[in-house]
Amino acid sequence: MKKELIKGNEAVVKAAILAGCTHYFGYPITPASEIAQAAAYYFPLIGGAFVQAESEVAAINMVYGAASTGVRTMTASSGPGLSLKQEGISYLAGAELPSVVVDVMRAGPGLGNIWPEQSDYNQMVKGGGHGDYRNIVLAPNSAQEMCDFTILAFELSDQYRCTAVVLTDGSIGQTMEPVEFPDEVKPAPAKDWAVRGDAATRKNLVTSIYMSTDQLQSLNQRLQKKYAEIEAREQRWEDYRTDDAQLVIVAYGVTSRVAENAIEELRSRGMKVGMLRPKTLFPFPKKRVKELAGQAAAFLVAEMSAGQMIEDVKLAIEHRKPVEFYGVSGGNLPTVEGIVKAAEAAYRRYS
Amino acid sequence: MSETITTTTTVTKGRPEAIYETFERKSGKDKLTTHYCPGCGHGRAQKLVAEAISEMGLGDRTIFISPVGCSVFSYYYMNTGNVQAPHGRAPAVGTGLVRARPDSIVISYQGDGDLAAIGTAEIIHAANRGENMTVIFINNAIYGMTGGQMAPTTMVGQRTLTTPSGRNAATEGHPMRMAELIATLEAPVYVERVSCTDVKNIHKCRKAIRKGLQLQVERKGFSFIEILATCPTNWKKTPQDSIKWVQDVMEPYFKPGVYKDISATVQPLPRPEPKTDRKELEKILGLQSGKTVAKTTGKIGERRIKIAGFGGQGALTAGAMLATAGMNDGLQVTWLPSYGPEMRGGTANCSVVISDKRIGSPLVTQPNVLIAMNRPSLDAFEQEVAPGGIIMVNSSLIDRKVARTDVKAVYAPFTELAAGLGLKAAANAVAIGVFLAHEKSIDRERIYEVLRTSFKKKEAVETNIRAVDAGYEYKA
Repeated sequence: MKKELIKGNEAVVKAAILAGCTHYFGYPITPASEIAQAAAYYFPLIGGAFVQAESEVAAINMVYGAASTGVRTMTASSGPGLSLKQEGISYLAGAELPSVVVDVMRAGPGLGNIWPEQSDYNQMVKGGGHGDYRNIVLAPNSAQEMCDFTILAFELSDQYRCTAVVLTDGSIGQTMEPVEFPDEVKPAPAKDWAVRGDAATRKNLVTSIYMSTDQLQSLNQRLQKKYAEIEAREQRWEDYRTDDAQLVIVAYGVTSRVAENAIEELRSRGMKVGMLRPKTLFPFPKKRVKELAGQAAAFLVAEMSAGQMIEDVKLAIEHRKPVEFYGVSGGNLPTVEGIVKAAEAAYRRYS
Repeated sequence: MSETITTTTTVTKGRPEAIYETFERKSGKDKLTTHYCPGCGHGRAQKLVAEAISEMGLGDRTIFISPVGCSVFSYYYMNTGNVQAPHGRAPAVGTGLVRARPDSIVISYQGDGDLAAIGTAEIIHAANRGENMTVIFINNAIYGMTGGQMAPTTMVGQRTLTTPSGRNAATEGHPMRMAELIATLEAPVYVERVSCTDVKNIHKCRKAIRKGLQLQVERKGFSFIEILATCPTNWKKTPQDSIKWVQDVMEPYFKPGVYKDISATVQPLPRPEPKTDRKELEKILGLQSGKTVAKTTGKIGERRIKIAGFGGQGALTAGAMLATAGMNDGLQVTWLPSYGPEMRGGTANCSVVISDKRIGSPLVTQPNVLIAMNRPSLDAFEQEVAPGGIIMVNSSLIDRKVARTDVKAVYAPFTELAAGLGLKAAANAVAIGVFLAHEKSIDRERIYEVLRTSFKKKEAVETNIRAVDAGYEYKA
């Protein structure tokens, strides 16, 4: 397709429709509302459904209902809305229903404000609801990736029968950039487990309740096996000038974009600094981070939070190398100067 | 779609087809009896629902939602498609089901805690949207599954585990009459409360269930059937005394009857059919086939631009036009608006980055170029401009000079030049012209192309082109 200058939030909707998504259920919240607004415009035109739910709780349960029938379905929100959706996401995990959830992060806790943060990392990546479950979490850092990762989210959620989250921030959601929508998207697989209200699926049941303790344990074991398989097969990342890097910045979302400019500046001052940008947060790109721990003297994790992803970095390198932190919050954006200063200090200290 | 199914009220003898012969999903050895207690209202109600499904030939089409509460295990028994829902959310789950499968028959079967307490929002709004589903509401005035706590429908004075001295209206409120509440909404088609105590009432109950399902078959929308039911175990009464308690205590407060029926006058709901043809989808989404071909390969470095003004001056649009022109020129571009309440406060700004290589941050904190369309914008952003940068000032509205000496300042009366062309709203196009005159990063022809596709009216295109030219050619 020809390039189109489009907001990341709107690219999500067009990409979802190209991926065969027919049903959108949501509730307005800044800075994710463009997704609901574009969905309200396009889904009825394609003969699908857009429902503005009475609450975030209802929206995720509508996704649960539609996903039970096997259609591709989605919802989108931001921090406070995601907190409310966690109940439903736990049920989606228990019932193994493919579903796509977009989180355009804003600042918290509580009502916080509408400006960007990355402080939903823990609730989305670690599983914010009850029970032992994980979501696949994709982290786009451009409008193009908002398109590509939305499509990938539908594919992975169908493949693994789990919720796939597109986790981004207010800046990436709001930024317009050229997007090339794909010429082709693989069709969804057949779903013989679905409940469609027809003779072929009459015997089927969608549930997450298992009264037998052994049955529930075996569900949990199966889920853990699935998550292990996802960890083995689906780690995705981007290396940015890491080939000779002595200091590796780890950042995702808009923070990784600011970090690119910082690296430019640091390199011009003769410092060998690169970046490992996770494209998947679950599974976290442990393999690559571990490899880089062999090469680099230290890491600098940059986040728009008090430090959430940093725990995954430390776990991946098993504390073999020092890990420094640069963080902003409250809706403040990371600055090139801020990252440069933190990186320079770490670089001088460790290399 | 409208179809008619005969609703004769023949009574099924023995097990209806929509109840499994043996309950294989039930844990334990006993696969023949239900988990319901002797004298429980659920057993009777569920059998009536199953009879209706069977006799109306709807077994293959039905999706039965098991809620949370005593009927959580309905999927042990119902020989239909089954979906188990979170507590109170059955009507939302049902909404997802019927929207995705308009030909299915969705039954949201809920107890009083599920429907009238934790799920109040979901039931009210599914009813208010008129979702094509049938809700069977089992009101037994108590929480059964958790062992006998207060429900929203518990009678005043009724003792439960959480109202040990009896429900006190002053602190616990009054029992909620859900049928009456639902009937006040516009969309529901049919709302009835029935009792399930004697032969006559059971017959009424049977008729009500069939009517609800029939309306769904005809796609007439939302129906709500409240059934007053017994809970001998938690009421601590015999089954016989329980029936008497429904009649003597519940029925006078929860009066059986039809609370709403507009089924004769409503039209069937539309039945959307998702489009799958890729070409058709591309057309709807406004996608253009082919590849974007770079028109120039000029080396411009990276230009970081901030455009600011008050709402209505078109600062955001000007930025988007520059970005679009840059994209069509084969350059990398980003455009980021200020958003949220600040947009409604009167000033608006956007950050535009145009580059001949991959763009890092779309945030512009040290612009090379500032276009200030009004005084507050100049005041806000002057100090942010990178040394050696350029500030373009709308001298029509800004009565001061740029104070910085390490940046270049360009003054042009954007608003007056636009007004001179008879289109004051084109001040942003004048600003673009001024930008193009001093910044060679984008070809003027690319801007003309963007203008030609942005405006439907030829006149508007021409005026805006003239405005761009006026800014481009302006000499202070």
